[in-house]
Amino acid sequence: MSPALPPAPAAALPAPAPGAEVVLTVDNISKSFGDNHVLKDFSLTLHRGENVVVLGKSGSGKSVLIKCIIGLLTPDAGTIAVLGQPVATLGHAALDQLRAKVGFLFQSNALYDSMTVRENLLFPLRRHWLADHKGQEDKLVHEALDDVGLPQTIDQLPAELSGGQRKRIALARTLIVPPEIILYDEPTTGLDPVTAREIDQLIRHVQQKYHASALIISHDMNCVRLTSDRVILLAEGRSYAEGTYAELLASTDPIVHAFFE
Amino acid sequence: MFNGPLFTEFRAMAGFAGRFLREGFRPRYEWLELANQCYAIGYQSLPLVGITSFIMGLVLTLRLRPTMVQFGATSWIPVMVGLTIIQELGPIITGLMVAGKVGSSIGAELGSMRVSEQIDAMEVSGTNPFKYLVVTRILAATLMVPILTLLADAIGLGACYLGINLQGVTSVALFTNNILGRLTFGEVLPAVGKTFFFGFAIGLIGCYKGYNADNGTEGVGAAANSAVVLASLMIFLLDLVAVGVSTAFGFI
Repeated sequence: MSPALPPAPAAALPAPAPGAEVVLTVDNISKSFGDNHVLKDFSLTLHRGENVVVLGKSGSGKSVLIKCIIGLLTPDAGTIAVLGQPVATLGHAALDQLRAKVGFLFQSNALYDSMTVRENLLFPLRRHWLADHKGQEDKLVHEALDDVGLPQTIDQLPAELSGGQRKRIALARTLIVPPEIILYDEPTTGLDPVTAREIDQLIRHVQQKYHASALIISHDMNCVRLTSDRVILLAEGRSYAEGTYAELLASTDPIVHAFFE
Repeated sequence: MFNGPLFTEFRAMAGFAGRFLREGFRPRYEWLELANQCYAIGYQSLPLVGITSFIMGLVLTLRLRPTMVQFGATSWIPVMVGLTIIQELGPIITGLMVAGKVGSSIGAELGSMRVSEQIDAMEVSGTNPFKYLVVTRILAATLMVPILTLLADAIGLGACYLGINLQGVTSVALFTNNILGRLTFGEVLPAVGKTFFFGFAIGLIGCYKGYNADNGTEGVGAAANSAVVLASLMIFLLDLVAVGVSTAFGFI
């Protein structure tokens, strides 16, 4: 058995006060692929400035959940409201406007292979903001790269970067149009422990700097410990347990305990 | 019978073509990406198409000459080679070369973007990936293949002129008069017209296979491979249809 994890660092922000603004509501959503019922009446709420980690086994539907939230997939039942707007009923234009306020860090980073780092960062900027920030494009690109500590990579192609650098650049692309909510899909998967901790610290840094809410999908317990204000355990398509990292760590439930031992 | 995998694939591809027609002519127009794709598909394919057309024109002339000498009909070489290149070999060779180079490239590129979530990232960034990736590539292929074919025809005829002059002497004026005097508008129009359909088929099949790729890197390879095979087959089928239509309308 691996040794018990140390307590969460002091840098963690306090959980939002009761009554804080809700920025994301997932209400009893279900999603199936054929006979595979991935999500069954799953619900969650996310408050402004809060980091919520959804924890679960591989294939438990975590990535499906955030793809439903951003409108890449449509749930079979239930509703999702992002910043008060029901995602399923929005038209293309309204959905694009909403997506400008939501950042998405893909598990695979999803950097455009044929574009340099600069062009990768300019892509969402030009798409979402068009003419409004034409004079400031370079400044915003440099700011975003400074935020993730990689200003020197600006003219490199993604193939020339390490896995950790690609993750940081993907995060910079997520931040370049300042988001109100950030969705992280397995942000530390495939990274070495040192780089993974740097990404965890960046997630906290982003939370503090932008006061953005974050929904983090992960099964990396170090990531959960370092980045979460609240943890939801997704099991069998449902919200099985919910609480702070410390509360779930103390749980005696065998399914919860299996993750935290 | 109509529920087999072949018909399912055909229906899905027809649906994909329908979506291209629905979305391709509505704003927002991706002019810059269309220009990029025209450059990639047209300009960057020109060396390959040019070399194959040159070899085709030269070989055809050199192989034809002994037979024509036997019949005392060497003066017919420009006409015979010219008509063969303009009506059939130019479009077919260009189509096959572009299918091999561009069809596989589009299939692999979009397939790779699909499995690495780049297409999803594009959608999240407020971009319609179908318009940005698919519509531009299909339009570029549809526009560039006819232009490449005309250039390939010209290069092939140039090689024919070179081949004739390797074993005899013919002036440029006589050579061109010989060909142009025999060619009618009705003979050139179907030959050029069908190349738009060749380009459309290459773009459509490459994009369809790549955009719908799955199963990770294996799926990317399969998308690239099947894009080339199907596009090449489609070029021959379309050529057959073009001959039938030309005959029915009295162009042949």
